[in-house]
Amino acid sequence: MKILVALKRVADPDNANKIKISPNKIDTVGLEPKPNPFDEYAVETALRLTENGANTKQRIGEVIVVTFGPKDTEQTLRAALATGADRAYRVDATDDELDGDLVARALKGLVEKEKPDLVLLGKQEVEGDANQVGQLLAEYLGWPQATFAGSIKSEDDKALVVGREVDGGSMIVKVTLPAVVTVDLRIVSPHAVRSMHTKPDHAYQDGVRFAALMAIMAAKKKPLVEVKLAELAPDTALKIQYTAFEPPPGRKAGVKVKSVAELVQKLRTEAKVLS
Amino acid sequence: MTHTLVIAELHEGHVRKSTLSAVTFAKQVGSPFSILVLGPGAKTAAAELTGFGAAKVIASDDATFAQPLAECYAPTIAAVAKGGFDVIVVTASSFGKDLAPRVAAKLAAGYAPDISAVKVEGGLSFKRPMYAGNAYGWCKITTPTQVVSVRQSEFSAAEPSGGPSPIEAATPAAADAAAARVEFVRLEAAKSERPDLGEARVVISGGRALKEKFAEVLEPLAGLVGAAIGASRAACDAGYAPPELQVGQTGRVVAPQLYVAIGISGAIQHLAGMKGSKVIVAINKDPDAPIFQVADYGLVADLFTAVPELVAELKKPA
Ligand SMILES: Cc1cc2nc3c(=O)[nH]c(=O)nc-3n(C[C@H](O)[C@H](O)[C@H](O)COP(=O)(O)OP(=O)(O)OC[C@H]3O[C@@H](n4cnc5c(N)ncnc54)[C@H](O)[C@@H]3O)c2cc1C
Ligand SMILES: Nc1ncnc2c1ncn2[C@@H]1O[C@H](COP(=O)(O)O)[C@@H](O)[C@H]1O
Repeated sequence: MKILVALKRVADPDNANKIKISPNKIDTVGLEPKPNPFDEYAVETALRLTENGANTKQRIGEVIVVTFGPKDTEQTLRAALATGADRAYRVDATDDELDGDLVARALKGLVEKEKPDLVLLGKQEVEGDANQVGQLLAEYLGWPQATFAGSIKSEDDKALVVGREVDGGSMIVKVTLPAVVTVDLRIVSPHAVRSMHTKPDHAYQDGVRFAALMAIMAAKKKPLVEVKLAELAPDTALKIQYTAFEPPPGRKAGVKVKSVAELVQKLRTEAKVLS
Repeated sequence: MTHTLVIAELHEGHVRKSTLSAVTFAKQVGSPFSILVLGPGAKTAAAELTGFGAAKVIASDDATFAQPLAECYAPTIAAVAKGGFDVIVVTASSFGKDLAPRVAAKLAAGYAPDISAVKVEGGLSFKRPMYAGNAYGWCKITTPTQVVSVRQSEFSAAEPSGGPSPIEAATPAAADAAAARVEFVRLEAAKSERPDLGEARVVISGGRALKEKFAEVLEPLAGLVGAAIGASRAACDAGYAPPELQVGQTGRVVAPQLYVAIGISGAIQHLAGMKGSKVIVAINKDPDAPIFQVADYGLVADLFTAVPELVAELKKPA
């Protein structure tokens, strides 16, 4: 299976409360660049789908990663190559030049060029929290989509059985390839992904794999191609424009109560939220 | 502005209450609005929506909509939208988030996802949470047709007013060619007596600390106060709670009257899903847990003794 994975660099999500907000800008200076967690999971998913579980060195198929970002986002791509991806694209653009719609239209351009069987994306990019690119791409391609995937099983590399995490539970769908799948958090649990070559009892480590030092060195030699945004999407007009930013309303710490009885008394008589 | 189209969501033949948040948005926009109801039982469910002041309620329970798949719904929504609507809105449930971008792409429209407020003066502007709720951005859509999904916790359910609205039949458009390549297999849903997370007045949430005793410890408390049960990511990942209970940036976003966080540390991603609650209570044995920074009432205690005590205390007459 040939898989294209969209991977974005974000500012350290665990310190998102340290961003600096001015009316016309959000500044993430000082926060460590990290791969968008969902996209890191998408890369791990692609690797699991193109191996047999037991032998992680042998790729049965190909994994291509793509990011839209300035030159220094190549680090994020190299890190993905070090964990096992085969080659990479960087579409040269800054965040200000992009919206989800343009990313989707440009990805369509790349899909037409590379003809992957599957495009894997994160369900959401944790800076913009939009949750849209995968669905937009699927529509632009006229492909089926399986969003919020918590599990994926490939029976014959022609169709995937996907467990989608929806509000009411898990919705099982079967998509025939080529298709677009966006991944949710549970996709990196030990039994969540099974390629057609994975033994039924195989258990992966929980979470994403780390790159060995040798692999980091080797990744420097893997192909990484830069492309211009306009080459993939001739129309680079944006459909969304941000006009202002503001901080969230603050919330102050309240009081510590000394006992369960005091808590109940306060909830009944002071907060009046319990009868 | 001409006309807003609200997309309803059905559940077992009834309109989900979350739909009324999208109706509230439409009322705030202020132009006439209509409601589109698709899916099994839509024709009867449409009657549930005639009392909200919509110009019309458009419904179809055609077999095309038998399965809740975006590939089946989007073509008809786009076709109806092209008949004179310029704002299309759906609530940002998993159904809405899956569907809305597909509709937007069909209409070559900009999409504002998961908004928390709308400003009407000077053309529509949308406020949306970003960076796990650590910032809000105001944005505008530059295309003539605008697609929006609204956060249920920020748009209160519309109260009946106006109407009665006439019910019209929608003409189903052919499903996408892609629909032939996706098949609904089944929905695996854990049976629960508890109310839906998005609608409950009280939410009791548990974290990693509860371990295998998640249900055993929380159910009696939730049952007593009629609460929905929520969970942290760690509790869901470990299998102590089903994934659909996850509250947070990437799970459900809730804003109940009372939110009780039990054995939850209060990571940024968790706070993003519950910071809007009216009153927050935290029970945690670590006095420095970040959850206490947002809690109105904090109790430093071992949850395995505090929660049963809380149940006993609540059973005493006030
Ligand atoms: C991409 C991404 C998305 C995420 N999305 C979400 C999300 O939507 N929602 C979410 O919740 N998280 C999310 N997370 C995870 C988040 O970062 C935290 O890891 C998670 O919220 C921690 O869960 P927890 O508080 O249950 O566990 P922990 O952080 O392990 O905290 C357990 C707490 O229990 C307390 N405790 C232990 N024993 C007891 C006892 N006996 N009595 C009382 N207290 C006790 C401890 O003091 C501690 O504070 C996300 C992470 C990533 C990377
Ligand atoms: N700038 C980008 N570069 C690469 N992939 C992206 C970019 N923006 C979004 N994506 C992909 O689209 C997914 C959903 O993002 P969003 O719809 O913006 O929340 C992400 O998880 C990525 O897989």
